[in-house]
Amino acid sequence: MLLSMQNISKSFAGIPALREASLEIAPGEAMALVGQNGAGKSTLVKILTGAYTRDSGTIRFGGRDVAFGSPAESQAGGIATIYQEINLAPQRSVAENIYLSREPRRFGFLDRAAMREGARKVLKTFNLDIDVDLPVARFSAATRQMVAIARSVTQNARLLIMDEPTSSLDEREVVVLFETIRTLKKRGVAILFIGHRLDELYAICERVTIMRDGQTVAVSDMAAMPKMELVRHMLDRELAAFQAMASSKVEGPEKPVRMEADAIGSGVRVRDVDLTIRQGEISGLAGLLGSGRSETARILFGDDRFDKGSLRFEGQERRYREPADAIADGIGLVSEDRKVDGIIPDMSIRENMTLALLPRLRKAGIVDRARQEEIVRHFIKALGVKCASPDQPIKELSGGNQQKVLLARWLCTDPKVLIVDEPTRGIDIGAKAEILKLLRSLADEGLSVLMISSELEELLAAADRVTVLSDGRSVAELPRAALSEASLLAAMAHQDAEHQNPAGNVS
Amino acid sequence: MTVSASSSPGAATASMSPLVFLSRYGTFLAFLALILFNVFMTRNFLSWQTLNVNLTQVAPIVIVAIGMTLVIATGGIDLSVGSLMAIAGAIAPMIFMGKLFPVDPVLGVALALVIPILIAGMLGWFNGFLVTNFRIQPIVATLVLFIAGRGIAQVITNGNLQVFKNPEFQFIAMGRIGGIPVQVILMLAVAALAFALIRQTVIGRQIIAVGGNEKAARLTGIPVRRVKLFVYIVSGALAGLAGLIVIARNSASDANLVGFGMELDAIAAVAVGGSLLTGGRANIIGTVLGAFVIQLVRYTLLANGVPDAAALVVKAGLIVAAVFIQQRASKA
Repeated sequence: MLLSMQNISKSFAGIPALREASLEIAPGEAMALVGQNGAGKSTLVKILTGAYTRDSGTIRFGGRDVAFGSPAESQAGGIATIYQEINLAPQRSVAENIYLSREPRRFGFLDRAAMREGARKVLKTFNLDIDVDLPVARFSAATRQMVAIARSVTQNARLLIMDEPTSSLDEREVVVLFETIRTLKKRGVAILFIGHRLDELYAICERVTIMRDGQTVAVSDMAAMPKMELVRHMLDRELAAFQAMASSKVEGPEKPVRMEADAIGSGVRVRDVDLTIRQGEISGLAGLLGSGRSETARILFGDDRFDKGSLRFEGQERRYREPADAIADGIGLVSEDRKVDGIIPDMSIRENMTLALLPRLRKAGIVDRARQEEIVRHFIKALGVKCASPDQPIKELSGGNQQKVLLARWLCTDPKVLIVDEPTRGIDIGAKAEILKLLRSLADEGLSVLMISSELEELLAAADRVTVLSDGRSVAELPRAALSEASLLAAMAHQDAEHQNPAGNVS
Repeated sequence: MTVSASSSPGAATASMSPLVFLSRYGTFLAFLALILFNVFMTRNFLSWQTLNVNLTQVAPIVIVAIGMTLVIATGGIDLSVGSLMAIAGAIAPMIFMGKLFPVDPVLGVALALVIPILIAGMLGWFNGFLVTNFRIQPIVATLVLFIAGRGIAQVITNGNLQVFKNPEFQFIAMGRIGGIPVQVILMLAVAALAFALIRQTVIGRQIIAVGGNEKAARLTGIPVRRVKLFVYIVSGALAGLAGLIVIARNSASDANLVGFGMELDAIAAVAVGGSLLTGGRANIIGTVLGAFVIQLVRYTLLANGVPDAAALVVKAGLIVAAVFIQQRASKA
């Protein structure tokens, strides 16, 4: 083995992020590392590269015990990392980037001729013939990535860590990248490939390590691990808590359509999504990480524009330019990342809750404080928000209570469609069930809910139908009757001959 | 290495509470301390004349700093205020002296009070336009008029000093209502309006929301662009008003000098007053107090024979202290 990490544990502020995780990679092999958000992939990688220190466990690299103190040390030791957004100096030339910080020198001056020559030579081994004097910003994402890889090769890297390397590439560029990876493997360089697009993993990796909840749950040859099995390992948890929360009405007549996306697409993240949101239903939106769920939600909400397909709201063609346009139609979005684009941390609960409603609380430009108080008190009570007072800053609340305030932010506007993106993320189990129950009762009252979730049990418990996305495409719409763990897993793994192996055969 | 790193946050939290106290009441304490110091150390401090001098000198700073507070609350900054003062100050005398167009004297004064402020507001809109439409960083966008604005003022006046005596126009600086200087009344009115705007109105709360978390604000349907345009327009118009007061007080308008360095005084007042420079907070009372503190420091040093140059250093020290306290306290 080139790399062997054993029994690695790491806690942050007492909360374990890794529990006895392990990872082994042989020279010349590509190892896939997969897992949901929070499974511990990036913590494991950061411990390997020296960005974090491990609490316990051993790391052997190249036959020696190692403990890299910083990313620079691990780089010197032969481990290179290619990040999603590549860390190159965009305005410097290709040659300069390849030799950044270890420029060849003659008599104390930069030896530009040698730099150019060396850069050309190394790029040639990847069949890349470009002008190495141009700034890297002039090239496509794929070429920039190649430059970053070339840079690591000239540093004699023996292990290359690639974190979602294909996320910003189109299909043609992926093929080029995979060619490069094959060249590297032939030279004995090991690859750690972190990714979510299963087809790509099967196309380029020999083995796979699956992580869940900070543990390594499976290591297997790629060929011996069917997709279904792989997805099940990633998502599996003790199904509990919400087993029996299913819709009150079992099978009624089809409910009227409220909102409909038809072959909608935007960039590379959302390619072709059909989606129907019905009145009085919870529509689920499922898919693996990176399948385009949140991006689809943002299009529906007018936060991103679409360049393909069409969107209809209550039968009317719509092209929202701003979230404000969607809000005017009665759409609300509770986003995935509460901290980044949900709460206004320093503002009070009262103000956070009424932010979307504010224009309607206006009396000659002035906020009608009495009505505001009344509404806030009502929703604090109705949703059971636990707080000292409505004037407490929202940042002081727990995750679950913050989420309730954000739900109330839309509920007080009396919306027609509520989009909730991972509504129970980072929330304790009791609050989870409460929020799901709340969504259920709102839907029963006629609200249309679109619920994005990575948790199968949540979808199974709450959704009336689930649309499954894979790689930016809607691949299945499962009605209540066809919803089961197996059917969801099958759709998410997307066993469909059409899109199999976009980048050639398994090498 | 990690051991020492993990122990430091605990040590820091222990010393937080006095910092939070300082961040909340520090400006007011500094204000009181300066007054007490002067009562004992400066001759004739407790006199109407001293009060008058200080109030009239601080009025333009307060007015500009309030506009600045709104801009900073959205996470922006406005460097152009001093130059906009110069432009307003250059145009007004030309209007009431009939240099631009022949005009009836009474109407002339009225127009001289309105048109320069409108123009300054439009230039503020231009700042906002650069910030919102081209997504230029506010510090760079407003640098444009910071540099060009004073040039424009000089071109308008051919670089000449305009001297005038026009009691009707100069009423805004020299006049008194019930014994209180009009400029002080203007200052208080602007502060009161801004206070109500921030506390009571929809746009006021939207300003704070945009500065507190712009992404979240956009996702709740707040018209972020319009909110930003609004604060830059207000900042520009208030700078225009301050420019008029300054030239009325001096009976002269010099495009080189009107509002010179005002942007720094205004930013300093906001910083000392306790509004975070990163946005999301607008402490109007703090800004007023901050301007008073800066004014009193200058006055104290001058009255006690310390040269103006040294006063600048003290001012800088104050800003550093204020920002330091704010940052530490907000991490608590």
